Amino acid sequence: MTTRRFRLSDDRIDVATERPALDHAAAGAYAAFEGWVRDHNDGRSVRQLDYQAYPALALAEGEAILAEALARFRVREARCVHRVGRLAVGDLAVWVGVSADHRGEAFDACRWIIDEVKRRVPIWKNEHYVDGESGWLHPDNRPVEGA
Amino acid sequence: MNVKLLYFASLADRAGRTEETRDSAARTPRELYVEVAAAHGFAFAAERLRVAVNGAFVGWDHALAAGDEVVFVPPVSGG
Repeated sequence: MTTRRFRLSDDRIDVATERPALDHAAAGAYAAFEGWVRDHNDGRSVRQLDYQAYPALALAEGEAILAEALARFRVREARCVHRVGRLAVGDLAVWVGVSADHRGEAFDACRWIIDEVKRRVPIWKNEHYVDGESGWLHPDNRPVEGA
Repeated sequence: MNVKLLYFASLADRAGRTEETRDSAARTPRELYVEVAAAHGFAFAAERLRVAVNGAFVGWDHALAAGDEVVFVPPVSGG
C-alpha cells in the first residue's frame, strides 16, 4: 500500500505521535509548522470554529501536495494532518512536518506545503464569534485556481 | 439524466441541504451550475469556484454522465 502522508483527523493532533514518521538516518533537520486557532480574525473576537472538509477530494489533493513537495525539494519525508470538526481557541488545527538532510530545504518545503494546503485543499472554516454570529470564510483576495 | 450534487460550507447553507439528486439536462458542470445557482440563489460567479466530478477536479466543460457526483468547490479556508 502506498504511504499516506496527508490525513484528516476528528481528534486532537498529537505531534509526538506524528513526528516519528519523519525519522530518517540521513536527515539532519526537522522543520514543522503548527497552525493554531486564534481568538480573533479580521477585527472580530472568535469563540470557536468548525472545519468542514470534502474528504475524498481533500485527501487526494493533500496527498498530491505532499508528493509534489517530495519531488520539488531535497527532503527525506513530509507529513500533514488537518483537523476537522469543532475546535476551540488554542487548539492545533494543522500540523506540517518535514525532515531533510539540511535545514534550508526543510524550512522551504514546510512553508511551501502549508501555503499549498491553504490554497488548494477543500477544507472550509466556519468561525463562531463572541457576539453569537458565525460565518464561512471564503477568501476572495486570491484567485481560485484550476478547472 | 440524474446527477448527485454535494454542497459544502456556504453553498450548503444557502441550498439548505448537503446533497441532492437532480434530473438535469445539463451536459457540463458549467450548464449545471447555472441551473443550481438559479435554483438555490448561489451568489458565486462560476469563475470563483472549482468543480469536481466523482472525487476529482475536472474542467467546466467536462462531459457529465448519468449518476455522476458533482461538487462545486467554493474558495477554501483551511489551515
